[in-house]
Amino acid sequence: MSQEPTTGDFARFFKPGRVHRQLYTDPAIFELEMERIFSAAWIYVGHESQVKKPGDYFSSLIGRRPVVMTRDTDGTVRVIHNQCAHRGALVVATEHGNAPEFTCCYHGWTYHLDGRLKAVPLNHGYPRDFDLSNPKMAMQPIARVTNYRGFVFASLASDGPSLEESLGHMTTSLDDMIDRAPDGEIEAAGGVFKHAYDGNWKVYFENLCDAAHPLFAHRSSIEASQAQSDDVHSDGSGEIAIRQMRQNGAPYSFWESQVGIWTYPNGHSYLGDYHDDSKLVAALKDPVFRDYIAALEKKKGKAETKRILEVRRWNSNIYPNVSLMSQFQQLRVVHPIAVNRTVVHTYNFRLKGAPEQMFRNTISFANIVNGTGSLVLTDDLEIYNRIDMGLSSEGAEWLQIGRGYQSDLPDQHGGRKGVNSTSEVYIRNMLDAWQGYMSNGHAAPVRAAS
Amino acid sequence: MAKKRKPKTSLPSPRRSAPPRSRATRATPLSLDLHRCEQFLQQEARLLDEGKFGDWLALFTADAWYWVPSEPGQDNPHDTVSLIYDDRRLLETRVRRLASPRMYSQEPRSRTSRMVGSVTIEDTDRTGVTLRSKFLMIEYRRNSQRLFGGTALHRLVMAGGAIRIAWKRVDLVNCDAPLDGITQPF
Ligand code: FES
Ligand SMILES: [Fe+2]
Repeated sequence: MSQEPTTGDFARFFKPGRVHRQLYTDPAIFELEMERIFSAAWIYVGHESQVKKPGDYFSSLIGRRPVVMTRDTDGTVRVIHNQCAHRGALVVATEHGNAPEFTCCYHGWTYHLDGRLKAVPLNHGYPRDFDLSNPKMAMQPIARVTNYRGFVFASLASDGPSLEESLGHMTTSLDDMIDRAPDGEIEAAGGVFKHAYDGNWKVYFENLCDAAHPLFAHRSSIEASQAQSDDVHSDGSGEIAIRQMRQNGAPYSFWESQVGIWTYPNGHSYLGDYHDDSKLVAALKDPVFRDYIAALEKKKGKAETKRILEVRRWNSNIYPNVSLMSQFQQLRVVHPIAVNRTVVHTYNFRLKGAPEQMFRNTISFANIVNGTGSLVLTDDLEIYNRIDMGLSSEGAEWLQIGRGYQSDLPDQHGGRKGVNSTSEVYIRNMLDAWQGYMSNGHAAPVRAAS
Repeated sequence: MAKKRKPKTSLPSPRRSAPPRSRATRATPLSLDLHRCEQFLQQEARLLDEGKFGDWLALFTADAWYWVPSEPGQDNPHDTVSLIYDDRRLLETRVRRLASPRMYSQEPRSRTSRMVGSVTIEDTDRTGVTLRSKFLMIEYRRNSQRLFGGTALHRLVMAGGAIRIAWKRVDLVNCDAPLDGITQPF
């Protein structure tokens, strides 16, 4: 571990390969995270296909701040604070829709789609210098908004690294999601899951690339699926779910050696894929997937198709709020609510030009990996709750994040690769970024946890 | 879309599950009058409350499906995600898992209490009936109590002299809310 210059008070929460439990339980730390991480980092807001036409809007959050993503009349995607300039009321109260303008329900102030004030009833009663065109009198734009190939990110900080700089090599995971569409275009579709748990937002991210847990934590669904007869009627959706559950039952030796974990600056990481199956969304032997490959080859050629299909990633975590499964067209957005409460929204994407059945397979897959009533996810949610209950104890003050500690391997794209797939390098990597943001307001290259 | 008649096993669109208008009531299968249907639903709720999930599963036909949409008025379970969408095979796996001592999300187990009422027969033909009912379910687990409520649609058919569920759709009033994990069938 290299000893970088001391970074304020936050270094005291780390020891080599350990982190203090207070990071996950202290409301004051949570408040600081909202200020220093969620007000500085690039936060994923939504996909441009959620606001297709001028006037379309989609409500979201940056940290706990309500924002609206809109499609302006000139086609630009904008992100503005969902807050009235008059007395601060929430202006847009629905999750999504279409509107020619936004009107606040309290005194009727009306705004253009880009947030500029349009009209104010009774405006003669205001001071003489009251000016509708004053930029302060607006639903305020978010300081920086960048649309990366349709993925819309925003940062409340007016300066700092660009989105591309911040993403670094992780752009390849976003690219992979799009590249997989034969027509080169994707579209958010198929609804949303919103699952909630009593626990800290960080433990969610810390589970997504955890290759050491499925065989144990998901045992009930592994065993139940292994015991399931394939002769029983299925319309195809249950078959996908059951195969996914069985795949979680791969032996430890497989999880350890066959998957791979890569991490990159600013807290990002991805886990390699662990599927070898004939009937999942991305199963080479599935006839639907064969049709898809043919469509891809027709549009992109054989060589490019081969390159695309060789990008095999499970979860790609873009710190601090979005994780995607490009192979399976899933995307999860983490919304911290309180130190011990988190809501996760999960979305699906349709690959334009792919067989329709493939999207239906994506939906079946989403139900089992992201569903609120999933036979798998319910155990993950239980774990998050139990972590929160357990962490209230001072018995184990220093949590272990030391698997693979000091054995990381360099990666050709400027990252660090775990010595094996169950290395906790990606947790240490996120906590390094955490310390950078908390100490300096940006993910400076500190190496506190690692 | 052409007016092609959907196969019998297809899903009820809100339109199809509406009560038949201006049509004379068709014959109800002998043992499926309203009283018998209500008894059946009460019995189903009781099996679930008592955690007899295997017996509950036995109420379903061999190609049944069980569906809890994620959106109000959701059209089908194939193009939009669902809180639960189980074909018969997955429903069996779900029920088998509910019996597992390693189902950590049921350690400790939930206790539930269901009220079923306002049962109406929405549709009836030679093979069975479609019922609409209202339910409330209290779930208690580990110091906290949750309340679920909504509308259930059951397609009941006669099979081998017994009443069986060919499909069941449960619309929760809060289906699109952020929800903590759901382990108990409704
Ligand atoms: S608070 Fe919005 S118009 Fe007054
Ligand atoms: Fe898991």
